Amino acid sequence: MTAALTARDRIVPLALGLGAIAAAIGAVEVLIRLDKINRFIVPLPSQIALSFERVILEEDIVNRFRLTFLECLTAGAMITVVGVLIGLLLYRVALLRAATETWVAAMASAPTVLMYPLFLVIFGRSAWTIIMMGFVSGLPPVILKTIEGLAGTRRVLIDVGRSFKLTPAQQFVKILFPAALPTIFVGVRLGLIFTLINVVGVEFLINFGGLGQLINDLAERYDLPGTYAAICFVILVSVVFFVATEWIERWLRRVD
Amino acid sequence: MAQTGRLSARAAPRYAAWPHAVTLVRVAIILAVLVVWEGLARSGWLYQDVVPRLEIIAAALWKLLSAPDYYVNLGATASEVGLGLAIGGTLGLAVGLALGANRLMARAFEAYLYYLGPTPKIIFFPVMIMWFGVGPGSKVAMGAISCFFPIALSTAAGMRQIDQVLIRVGRSFRCSTWQMVTKIYLPAMRHPIINGVRLGLGVAIIGTLLAELKLSNRGIGFLIIQAYSLFDMPRMYAMLIVLFVLAIGVNALVGRLGGLHAIRTR
Repeated sequence: MTAALTARDRIVPLALGLGAIAAAIGAVEVLIRLDKINRFIVPLPSQIALSFERVILEEDIVNRFRLTFLECLTAGAMITVVGVLIGLLLYRVALLRAATETWVAAMASAPTVLMYPLFLVIFGRSAWTIIMMGFVSGLPPVILKTIEGLAGTRRVLIDVGRSFKLTPAQQFVKILFPAALPTIFVGVRLGLIFTLINVVGVEFLINFGGLGQLINDLAERYDLPGTYAAICFVILVSVVFFVATEWIERWLRRVD
Repeated sequence: MAQTGRLSARAAPRYAAWPHAVTLVRVAIILAVLVVWEGLARSGWLYQDVVPRLEIIAAALWKLLSAPDYYVNLGATASEVGLGLAIGGTLGLAVGLALGANRLMARAFEAYLYYLGPTPKIIFFPVMIMWFGVGPGSKVAMGAISCFFPIALSTAAGMRQIDQVLIRVGRSFRCSTWQMVTKIYLPAMRHPIINGVRLGLGVAIIGTLLAELKLSNRGIGFLIIQAYSLFDMPRMYAMLIVLFVLAIGVNALVGRLGGLHAIRTR
């Protein structure tokens, strides 16, 4: 009875959600075919579905994906290394932390992506502009969560380390870092999401790089089904990325 | 952040002898940054146009703030952001209330909002241009799309946290749906909604300005990209400084007006 209820609890909302989306897509298809929606503004959903293959094969989407992925990976590695180091520094020097933690939090809410024209001047129209934009926007959550994770280490663990006369380096490697890792990963995950948003966004804005540029290219060619298909592809990539990082975070928390 | 506060509390007595230590460190950091900047600008190691001297940036800032043209463009951006926030916020509030009030709806649709929320919204800009034209309409739409997700998700989450006693009191008084929304749900969800609006405002500003940077002939985004095209770096720095101060200030103001500060310090 309970198992049947659980299955029904899961299937009904899923069917409702997917059904509503399918119904909306079907309604748009019908309205366009009836000329109620201008097909030069909104292409037929069936056309968009068909253009997926064309976009994947003709627009070198694998290479573009690889480029965007590498930019995100580089920026992600940078925010992780620099963010954790700054977080560690602020954790160790309490006065510095008291003075700057609110600044870091303010940076997290500041529209840093608007600095991209400045980065274009400094780094040129290259992948480094995109990577640095991803880096700047993804750094604050890593710093904040590193501090939070380290500061939240249980007192008993630190005392155990002290009783074994661990050096500060050993204390960090064996006690603080493993205990703070799940929280640090939350920061890295948030940072990676900001990084991905900014990387794709700046690629689109400066018309350079991978998936963001693809959307811009297709839009400038007025290839509407292709543009919509590329947007769907980018949404799919971000959702997969988001789900994957969320899954890793849950796994780390379980280990913790 | 509760853990973070604990460390601050532990560290606090150390500054008791010198209560202005934090302020002094802050001033020292700012001064150090300014000195390093000025040193780099004068050193000739970097292009002076890219790293201009502080007095040039200050002059550009003064010129910018005393030019009526700037305020016209600021007004254009503010109206686009405001309209985008009003549209996206209202829709987000309605969707959030619907999702928060109905468990089945929430389980059917909330996951889509949750996963679509962090996607880069700027990729929708070509579509918005097709739908709403190259004028302010597409910028307003970008602002609305950007702020819709955080407001909807925050409202839905806030609604689920409402004390059931309040809801039962409303029902025992036989309140209509409208009365339930205006007398029970919205007042009880004030803080999550304000938090959502605060997040939404931040992303609406970014969405609108990015759209202006990409394609527009007015607004702050347009002025920034114009300064870039003319390679007028001091003006660009000045605009970025003003913009950052405004964005962070407005964000803090909304938080304060909504009583978020009081919650944190309680």
